[in-house]
Amino acid sequence: MKVDLTVNGKEITADVEDRMLLVHFLRDVADLTATNIGCDTTSCGACTVLLDGESVKSCTVLAAQASGHQVTTVEGLASNGAMHPVQRAFHEQHGLQCGFCTPGMVMAIVSLLKENPHPTEEQVRTGLEGNLCRCTGYHNIVRAALAASEVSS
Amino acid sequence: MIPSSFTYKRAGSAEEACDLAAEYGEDAKYLAGGHSLLPLMKLRLAAPEVIIDLGGLRDLSYITDQGSHIAIGALTRHHDVEHSGLLAREIPLLAHAAGQVGDPQIRHRGTIGGSVAHADPASDLPAVFLALDATLVARGTDGSREIPIGEFFQGLFETVLEPEELLTEIRVPKPAVAGWSFQKFTQRAIDWAIVGVAVQGNQVALVNMGATPLRAATVEAALADGAAPADAAAHAADGTSAASDIRASREYREHLACVLVSRALTESRSRA
Repeated sequence: MKVDLTVNGKEITADVEDRMLLVHFLRDVADLTATNIGCDTTSCGACTVLLDGESVKSCTVLAAQASGHQVTTVEGLASNGAMHPVQRAFHEQHGLQCGFCTPGMVMAIVSLLKENPHPTEEQVRTGLEGNLCRCTGYHNIVRAALAASEVSS
Repeated sequence: MIPSSFTYKRAGSAEEACDLAAEYGEDAKYLAGGHSLLPLMKLRLAAPEVIIDLGGLRDLSYITDQGSHIAIGALTRHHDVEHSGLLAREIPLLAHAAGQVGDPQIRHRGTIGGSVAHADPASDLPAVFLALDATLVARGTDGSREIPIGEFFQGLFETVLEPEELLTEIRVPKPAVAGWSFQKFTQRAIDWAIVGVAVQGNQVALVNMGATPLRAATVEAALADGAAPADAAAHAADGTSAASDIRASREYREHLACVLVSRALTESRSRA
């Protein structure tokens, strides 16, 4: 079937299988491989992207469902070579070790801060319930989210 | 993991969705947010030949005050229920429980109608609607019918809906008795409830204590007879048929039900 998605501001039209998942569309068709497939069961959040500005797990959305909609991946955050405040905060606060969960964490936090620009630490922790990290113990990720919320204030 | 092959159809209206479902019969499944169905399809536990995507039916996403009840479109997302000022004011149990479903990403996609029609006894909202005595509205090819939620669930993943029938609205009466609580016990933050409890006034419903969500009838009868919350809660497992699985034995679930009902009744009374 023909799908037509706008990914990071660029329109991409492709002929895909009806059953193609959004994450496979992003990685294999759009060639945007930052979005990782972790658990593939809607649990870990590594595949989190923005669909019409809201965080979703792209392993649990069909490309066909996203047709006609806007998708943003972590590749689409920086502008003119300058990192997005959330990306910069991850860098400054050491919010990653192996980096596998990072694209999904960053996108989940971008969505969280859009809905709640000045969250408490507890709100950040519950807001990241859908994203698993096996390295950092979350502390620096939470610090990064709070630091990014300071920047945007 | 990739689902088995299917044909994707996007419905432009509720009428078109019903017509498509009538055309393809039991080979077809409605897809709302997809956060119950797509995981099952990826595990190949479900393999519909036709998917009818309801995502374009924006007119079935609404929360409106109808005086005696709140009407909620079946395609209203958990996220919208969670953040509804109207529900926070009139039916806080529902707004709170919707905010406990899965995680933020899941709540951005999952819909209340999808959750109810999927009829997983481990889901939070079916039991919440049961505690609230909701009425479901289903549209078929011959018009609409109302179904009291107590008659809706037939068994594990089974409801009274015909293959072509589409859940369009959930009507939730404004509670006659104040005081509410929602308790859920999970091993990890985003897990399904091992056991959950929804309480509104003296109405008590259980998550994951049988093949369908259940009203804790013995607890409610004890409360009506004036029993104290802790004494009434001791009957929470009466009439249930909880499963034993990798997460918990039946006996543990029965114990949890009593503990959680006691906590829920106590919290509910503190809010009354």
